[in-house]
Amino acid sequence: MTLREVADLLNAEVISGKDYLDEDLEFAGASDLMSDVLAFGRPGIILLTGLSNTQSVRTADIIEARAIVYVRGRKPSQEGIELAEKSRMPILSTEFLMYKACGLLYGRGLRAIGDL
Amino acid sequence: MFHIKGADFGKAGCVSLEIKDILHDLGVDLSIVRRAAIAAYEAEMNVVMYADKGEMILRLNPDIIRITIEDMGPGIKDIELAMQEGYSTATDQMREMGFGAGMGLPNIKKNADLFKLKSRVGQGTSYDIVFHLNPKEQT
Repeated sequence: MTLREVADLLNAEVISGKDYLDEDLEFAGASDLMSDVLAFGRPGIILLTGLSNTQSVRTADIIEARAIVYVRGRKPSQEGIELAEKSRMPILSTEFLMYKACGLLYGRGLRAIGDL
Repeated sequence: MFHIKGADFGKAGCVSLEIKDILHDLGVDLSIVRRAAIAAYEAEMNVVMYADKGEMILRLNPDIIRITIEDMGPGIKDIELAMQEGYSTATDQMREMGFGAGMGLPNIKKNADLFKLKSRVGQGTSYDIVFHLNPKEQT
């Protein structure tokens, strides 16, 4: 599944990283708690979160996430966007709530960390 | 040496990302870079959340990466308790930032090859975090 397909499925706005939409994604994880993301995240993950502060971008960068999807219409600040662009981190924003966004992606075969 | 300012949530994590870039540029194994970056980030967040200020020092030799952090903060009363997953003294502001779930210190231990934590109440806390660059030679 590509990030472009994720964006289509979630009817998401691509906020940054338009050049990376055709990269393949294998799995995803979701949390609003960056402590959990640091503890359980994996390189290459697509991170779904409702926390749109700069810490979410830095945390995604630290764990080497492939992309961030902000749910329930959340969007990063300009500083967050600049951080994401600097680290080549694509950011999407969907109006869907966390449960629906995760369910749609899982239903289309995007696996969970625990499935690996 | 990198300086960390307490309560500066806007910059929190910058030092660890810089360390990650340095290690990456030096050609360190990517899995070690990642573990070091996570441990540094957890420690940096602790300094930002709890201390007035701190210093992080990155040292490398052909065998190890050593990250040491010294903070000027309240110190930790019971280190054994603080090392338990889920134990936290975080404020609401810290939790709103996505942290303070009581996972930081255990996660540093999980990612590091060696982790020593020393603390004196009222004075501060020091972290000594080591990663072996040639893990197979350590066994």
